[in-house]
Amino acid sequence: MATTEVLTHEADAHDDHHGDHPSFLAHHFDTPEQQYDSGKLGMWLFLVTEVLFFSGLFCAYAIYRFLRPDVFAGCSEFLNTQLGAINTGVLLFSSLTMAWAVRCAQLEQHKMLTGMLAATLSCASIFLGVKAIEYSHKFGMGLLPGGFYSYVPGAPHDGTIYLVWISAPFAIILLGLFVWYVVACLGQNKFQMRISGPMTIVFLCYFAGVGLGTLLESGSAEGHHEGAAHASASDHEGAVHEAGEVAHEAGTEIAPATVTEITPSTAGTDDSVLEMLAVDTANTGVRQQLSAAQRQQELSGGPVSQSPGGKAAAVSEASLDINNKFLAGGFFSIYYCMTGIHAIHILAGMGVLTWLLVRSVRHDFNRQYFGPVDYVGLYWHIVDLIWIYLFPLLYLIR
Amino acid sequence: MATGALPVGKTASPAEHAPDNYLTHTSGVLSWIFTLDHKRIGLMYLVGILTSFFIGGMLAMAIRAHLISPADSPLSNEQYNQIFTLHGAIMVFLFIIPSIPAALGNFLVPVMLGAKDVAFPRLNLCSFYLWCGGAIFFISALLSSGLDTGWTFYTPYSTDSETSVVLATLGAFILGFSSIFTGLNFIVTINTMRPPGMTWFRMPLFLWATYSTSIIQVLATPVLGITLLLLIAERTLHVGIFDPEFNGDPVTYQHFFWFYSHPAVYIMILPAFGIISELISVHSHKGIFGYRFIAYSSVAIALLGFLVWGHHMFTAGMSSLTTIIFSALTFSVSVPSAIKVFNWLATMYKGSISLTTPMCYALVFLFLFTIGGLTGLFLGTLSTDLHLHDTYFVVAHFHYVMMGGTLVAFVGGLFHWWPKMIGRMYNEFWGRVSSVLVFIGFNMAFLPQFVMGSRGMPRRYATYDGEFQALHQLSSVGSFILGIGLLIAGLCLLHSLFKGKLAPANPWGGATLEWMCTSPPPYYNFARPPVVGDPYEFEHIDYDPSIDGYVVNEPVRHRVPSDPHGAPAHAKHHH
Amino acid sequence: MAHTNSAHAHGEGRPGYDFAHPFPVWGLLAVFFALVFLTIVTVAQASFDFGSYEVLISMIIATIKACLVVFFFMHLAFDKPYNAVLFLGSLLFVTLFLAFTLMDSQTTREMFEPTITDVATP
Repeated sequence: MATTEVLTHEADAHDDHHGDHPSFLAHHFDTPEQQYDSGKLGMWLFLVTEVLFFSGLFCAYAIYRFLRPDVFAGCSEFLNTQLGAINTGVLLFSSLTMAWAVRCAQLEQHKMLTGMLAATLSCASIFLGVKAIEYSHKFGMGLLPGGFYSYVPGAPHDGTIYLVWISAPFAIILLGLFVWYVVACLGQNKFQMRISGPMTIVFLCYFAGVGLGTLLESGSAEGHHEGAAHASASDHEGAVHEAGEVAHEAGTEIAPATVTEITPSTAGTDDSVLEMLAVDTANTGVRQQLSAAQRQQELSGGPVSQSPGGKAAAVSEASLDINNKFLAGGFFSIYYCMTGIHAIHILAGMGVLTWLLVRSVRHDFNRQYFGPVDYVGLYWHIVDLIWIYLFPLLYLIR
Repeated sequence: MATGALPVGKTASPAEHAPDNYLTHTSGVLSWIFTLDHKRIGLMYLVGILTSFFIGGMLAMAIRAHLISPADSPLSNEQYNQIFTLHGAIMVFLFIIPSIPAALGNFLVPVMLGAKDVAFPRLNLCSFYLWCGGAIFFISALLSSGLDTGWTFYTPYSTDSETSVVLATLGAFILGFSSIFTGLNFIVTINTMRPPGMTWFRMPLFLWATYSTSIIQVLATPVLGITLLLLIAERTLHVGIFDPEFNGDPVTYQHFFWFYSHPAVYIMILPAFGIISELISVHSHKGIFGYRFIAYSSVAIALLGFLVWGHHMFTAGMSSLTTIIFSALTFSVSVPSAIKVFNWLATMYKGSISLTTPMCYALVFLFLFTIGGLTGLFLGTLSTDLHLHDTYFVVAHFHYVMMGGTLVAFVGGLFHWWPKMIGRMYNEFWGRVSSVLVFIGFNMAFLPQFVMGSRGMPRRYATYDGEFQALHQLSSVGSFILGIGLLIAGLCLLHSLFKGKLAPANPWGGATLEWMCTSPPPYYNFARPPVVGDPYEFEHIDYDPSIDGYVVNEPVRHRVPSDPHGAPAHAKHHH
Repeated sequence: MAHTNSAHAHGEGRPGYDFAHPFPVWGLLAVFFALVFLTIVTVAQASFDFGSYEVLISMIIATIKACLVVFFFMHLAFDKPYNAVLFLGSLLFVTLFLAFTLMDSQTTREMFEPTITDVATP
């Protein structure tokens, strides 16, 4: 069939149904309000999925915090509260500018809208810059998720190489934006200038965040590590042992003493069990093996440990040490999962905010069509809202 | 004339078959790849899920062929592990979950609503391509080193396995997004795009079922997303949340997994309920009995479905308190399900039933689903579950529900709406033959498994004790008959594509809006919002032999809704 | 404000065309400063020892902050009730998920993490 026929049919159907259909109104909606309400409901449903998505992480957090409160309290000392608080403030400010941006879009204040979006993006950049410092610092110390946890207290650590890797993409984008801005200036392209200018500032802000983070982290680095060590020393029910060497020594010292009290027939096995326990104190399997061996001995009538108090002390002493990939590593696993997924959301938010910025320069939004700004705003606020919970849960544990 | 809605009171004849429909509106491969039309997207989904059903079905045939004898099979035990895992994963993630909502739902929801499209057409297309992306990941897992963890990816199997768990979990993660976007789209479409006159309680029951399904998709699927992400992190970074080797807790994994996957069972079965409600009412030519009860029970199942996930874990090491609570809550779900079955039976009572192919499938559904539902009670009871857990009894139970329920309803729905989607009628005789073969083959395949299971035959085993051989062979023969039945159904539909006669607008005598537009529907579905009546009022719909279809003879509908509730949904709460 | 855009010129006064409700600037600033104040409070309270109430206190403060964001920055207080029902309903399901899973992990904690007393006392 001829295409023209189809086109006229389409046009007819349009015309006699809608009368005048503004360009921003999709063909299947009747009024801008219906379109706006649909979009908003869709966005709220998406936020519902976000809430449930993060609920899995909060659930994992809650399970392990209830299970090992001392591990969480001890490891939290490694997180820099100052940086966390600054990032909280930065995100709250970005929420303010985002909410203001929605207002600007509704009132058709186009210039101000672009400004507010750029401010929001800049805050996101600062947040990521600070986060990069926190991450690279911890990577350098070996404070990594479970399988890669390799923290050795007192050992020299340097996270610069990680910082370089994290920052490289930002540097490349910044360079590209700057070149674009210069080219646009030379070519007198107002539209491109209005986009590349603010975006250059946004990516400069990342490095401002890095600078801020470096300043605070170096200022307090010694302080908070010693703090961690002190906290553990003063807190008898367990916290980070500086090294856990104390506990290790205690374990190996007591182990031979204990072995002598056990019948020769089982001494060999017990020796190995205790050795394993001394090396790997969180190995619950081995601990169970030990208790099973003890019970077996008691049932068989053989001599049990004659100083149960001493042995209990040895075991509990050993169990205080959390500096291993099972306990401290577990905390950092959860830390990286929660903050990492949050950071991915920030990156995604920056993507859509950039799209909004381009559209705001194009003057796409008006009193009847400000939906996209509003929806992205909702998304941005939920990302902020999740951080509002992450901050006290991770940084402020005592 | 280019309008989609038939003039009320005027008869339609094949000659009036509108020349322009959504299939012929534009042409070329690109017009399909970049289409935003919900009908074309639904059709593309249909092709995709039928392909994955075919692959999953072939794997099932391989399983049954392997189990014909306990020892001599060309498949090794490792291969058997991979085959049953992929059968499960493909059937669940690629076929059953998207089957009815994404394929039939995409086609039907806007047409039943009298809308031009879904609320977010681009998101709809995006969700289809996400489905394709997920399928590619699954296929790459299949081609690289397979998958042998069972479709549930339980730790520590999935953390220790040498197979491509990460590829498959990524695939499932992406499919989750596809599912979320479909559900989100339907909720918004139904909420904001109903035409004047269509109040909540004048919606077809298929829409109620789709709405309830969408609620589950939006609420439960994200939890699967985070679970699978954490599982990937567990395998790559050893985060120690689920992996016992790193002080994690496998039972926690099961909680996370079933918080999604039990409600997902209702993602699978609820749309099937919706289809059956339509099929039974239309083909009995009698208004649905207990409309509100069926509508409310869909929502009730969707919400109660979130309270019972623990019944998959009775033997996994949960505390006894938790098991008791979950067992008690499990029985609550049976109430709304039973309400539906009773209402369908009451609908058929004294109806004038046409034993068309869709109706035959609906009857097969009623029989099989009832068995599936009732055997669920034994599995929900703590004491019997301890005996039956992880045996063939469970396998038979969920096949009766998933396959005897969802698949049969899907095939029935496909036969019911095929004339609308394609514009062609199929051969009724072969359609009915396929339904009979499916019924016989299905029961032969799965009834013996109840017996085997209660005698202690564990599931997922590559071999078995000699005493089970006769039953296993019976089951295998049954499954081959079932396969042949489904093959005949497929061939019957394929044949109609080329040789079928043109379908009238309303071949069955339905009263919902999709039967008010031509077959196949025009590109914009309806040029004007159609006049909405009672979706289950059949009094004025009469058979017209000249067109071999049904026509509305005596319009009693009002163009302008007389009551204030008749205003369109989006016009309410006006500021 | 100047209405320069032509797109709404024909929509003035028609139903379905006038639905923008800008939030006043003073309101935005008030919410922001309240949020900053609460952040300072939550950091400050961490330096006091409230024992086991500490989590509760910081969570209550976080929830107040979250409410401010949700109801004012996200306009939920002035939005369609259905959106509010959806969002608050989702929290119900989160609670359900956390409650059951935590209840189970609390009652079975001995099973997967033996305590010292298990080892010491035969």
